[in-house]
Amino acid sequence: MSRLDITHLTKSFGALKVTDDVSLTAEPGEIHAIIGPNGAGKTTLIAQISGQLASDSGRIALDGRDITGTSMPDRVHLGLARSFQITQTLPGFTVLENVALAVQARHGSSFRFWAPVATEAALNDAAMRALTEAGLEHRAEARASALSHGEHRRLELACALATEPSVLLLDEPLAGVGGEDAEAFVAALAAMKGRFTMLLIEHDMDAVFRLATRVSVLVYGRIIATGTPEAVRADAAVRAAYLGEEEEASA
Amino acid sequence: MTNLFVLQLLNGVQLGVLLFLIAAGLTLVFGIMDVVNLAHGVLYMVGAYFVATFAALTGSFWWGLLLMLPAAVAVGLILEVVVIRRLYARSHLDQVLATFGLVMIANETVKIVWGVSPLSVPMPEILSGSVPLMGPLQYPVYRIAIIVAGLAVAGGLYLVINHTRIGMLLRAGATNRAMVSALGIDIGKLFAIVFTLGAVLACLAGALVAPILSVDTGMGESVLILTFVVVVIGGIGSIKGAFLGALLVAIVDTLGGVFGPILLREVLDPSAAGQAGRMLAPMLVYILMAAILCVKPAGLFGGRG
Amino acid sequence: MTDTAAPAAAPRAPALAGRVKAAAILFVLFALFPPIVTAAGDPFLVLIGTRILAYAIAAMALDLILGYGAMVSFGHAAYLGFGTYAVAILSSYGVSDILLQMLGAVLISALFALVTGAISLRTKGVYFIMITLAFGQMAFFFFISLSAYGGDDGYGLSQRSTLFGTQVLENDLALFYATLAVLIGLFALCHRIVGSRFGRVLTGIRENPTRMEAIGYSPFRFQLTAFVISGCMTSVAGVLLANQAEFVSPAFMSWHRSGELIVMVVLGGIGTLAGAIGGAVAALVLEEVLGMATDHWRLWFGVFLVLMVLFSPRGITGLVEQIRRRK
Repeated sequence: MSRLDITHLTKSFGALKVTDDVSLTAEPGEIHAIIGPNGAGKTTLIAQISGQLASDSGRIALDGRDITGTSMPDRVHLGLARSFQITQTLPGFTVLENVALAVQARHGSSFRFWAPVATEAALNDAAMRALTEAGLEHRAEARASALSHGEHRRLELACALATEPSVLLLDEPLAGVGGEDAEAFVAALAAMKGRFTMLLIEHDMDAVFRLATRVSVLVYGRIIATGTPEAVRADAAVRAAYLGEEEEASA
Repeated sequence: MTNLFVLQLLNGVQLGVLLFLIAAGLTLVFGIMDVVNLAHGVLYMVGAYFVATFAALTGSFWWGLLLMLPAAVAVGLILEVVVIRRLYARSHLDQVLATFGLVMIANETVKIVWGVSPLSVPMPEILSGSVPLMGPLQYPVYRIAIIVAGLAVAGGLYLVINHTRIGMLLRAGATNRAMVSALGIDIGKLFAIVFTLGAVLACLAGALVAPILSVDTGMGESVLILTFVVVVIGGIGSIKGAFLGALLVAIVDTLGGVFGPILLREVLDPSAAGQAGRMLAPMLVYILMAAILCVKPAGLFGGRG
Repeated sequence: MTDTAAPAAAPRAPALAGRVKAAAILFVLFALFPPIVTAAGDPFLVLIGTRILAYAIAAMALDLILGYGAMVSFGHAAYLGFGTYAVAILSSYGVSDILLQMLGAVLISALFALVTGAISLRTKGVYFIMITLAFGQMAFFFFISLSAYGGDDGYGLSQRSTLFGTQVLENDLALFYATLAVLIGLFALCHRIVGSRFGRVLTGIRENPTRMEAIGYSPFRFQLTAFVISGCMTSVAGVLLANQAEFVSPAFMSWHRSGELIVMVVLGGIGTLAGAIGGAVAALVLEEVLGMATDHWRLWFGVFLVLMVLFSPRGITGLVEQIRRRK
């Protein structure tokens, strides 16, 4: 479990400030949810924290260590993993191979040119464990390209788990998942609470309020409130900027 | 020494404007259509053969040059409609294979139609001879004419690209293709125009150079690679980059061949300097390219990596 | 680089076994080739066979990065050239042992691949193709200006390389089987690499570099390593080719040759190793047959290439993928 500190992070595309002086902290072991209307800059923020996108200014620290200038692969090795909103898989690989590659990144050198990787029991066992946790062990031998949308979301999670994160960035893990599937997914995430720190972006408010230790609200690139789910739900500014909108939409 | 320098500098500029004519089309095709076209050098060769043929038929270089233009338009359009158009949505590997096939077809066809022995194109009377430049220094009129013609075309392109609607679309397309389609433009037509324009410019370069070179089947190849270097240095899709890149490459190539050994003689003994110079000179433009890419991976004016 | 070639299927275990079988059949046929052509009264074909085997090595080496790494290198003929000139230059200095010559070829190729690969791999797509082409051409021009070894005209070798101090390779049959042995050895090496940890990472980068970065891999290091390995293997083919031709010239490294190597890989099916070997055989046999029928075989070869790309629904790469899916 690690602590993630983000201070005064900014990012502009041309004249548009997509991330505007964002500061937030994910305490060790907590699930810190970030909510906000569409276009609030949530995915951009995740991209900056994960290292996919360079920030214009600000500082990102993992357990106090400045990682602002490091690359995405380096951050993964430091324990900062992410899942993607739009599923990124290796379509021609099996589900097991997808996850085993993530295990391999953390275990031993990948500059081994002779021994067959397909029969490395340690990699496959660890990959199976991650798949089981994500509820996808029955599809281990299927090709990633043959998975359903819900299964893709689970593979996304399994890959992130397999990198053994101390902080996990989840970018809308429930996007497009409905009904019982969503229910099981939330249960799986809840079971992982406390094992590592999670920064969760999610549109499903029920899931957010069930899972989150704390919630931050992002509107137009700015954090307008941070607090416990109850406090945020009661916050007038939040209701005006965001929750009201949702209620109207659902009404 | 100064005279030699001025002479070689002019030769460099002359090669540079020719390279620019070829590179301009190529950089737009790369930038806007994202197509690797190995057959671009072929067009340069075809332009030279056209002017040779038409000049021989009419007995006049000028008529040859004039008749070459509609023929170049036809070749460009046919190539675009029959092959290139079908490659836009393909992988780069497919594009490489198909245009590599085109190079083979074109080279052999030229051999069948025109034979293997090089052709020569007579220099127009009015542009033959030399003019005094400074002191005892003379320079061929025809080479000056090439420089002037090339600069005129460059100027024309500059006007078209910066002050017309189609130029605006080209600039937009080179940096952001999605935007052009979002503007509701007939992409197919725009691509055909761009490709044909590029083809005509390459043919024109071949036609212009024909009187001072022997016209043969290999002429497109060495130029193609130099043009690639120009496009890479200038940045894909940038006409400005192509212009500066072409001059840079041509001048380095020309001056390096002459002055490299002379400079090396300062540090090495003459025979070693001569040998090292001869070996280094043809590599200079590639070393230049490598150096520029180390600093700017997308080229001097490249927007996209 | 992954946008350059259409993503091909990842190696499946049964498919891999099938490919080893296909390669084994090819190797047996190769081994039977000399006795058959000798019995048929055409022993000179053995030398052509050696040429085909040498190109098969080069095509297979290129497939390692083109098929498994989706790196369209258009400058691979340069490494053939390094191999051929390693023979010419080292033997002129009295180093005639083929293994030492191979070592020399591999060292210079590794250096060249490391430097040019590091620059090329910072770029993507069209840039990568053009830059590898340009560096290939740079090597070409270097050897053209190497007047001590004949420059443009090339350089005839006074004798073939020696093996452990013997002149056994002067025998065409011995050279053929030596080349076949190198081919089999390098195939085994490539096959192991593709199925190793490294190979899985390389293939993963081809499939989706973003995913690979998100689980902790920097594509650059792996791609560059593969690029260097491929270049070194290609140079070994060059050493054998120089012995086959007993002649070296910059023509071995022209950009046409690079294009032909790509054609070989694609003809046999990219990302299949054994396919690259078959593709080299097919391309060179086609070249010999067309060459006997007409002086203008290149015309028909070109037509064949263009039609193949245009009339397979998703290009040659797509066609290969389709066939593979059906299996």
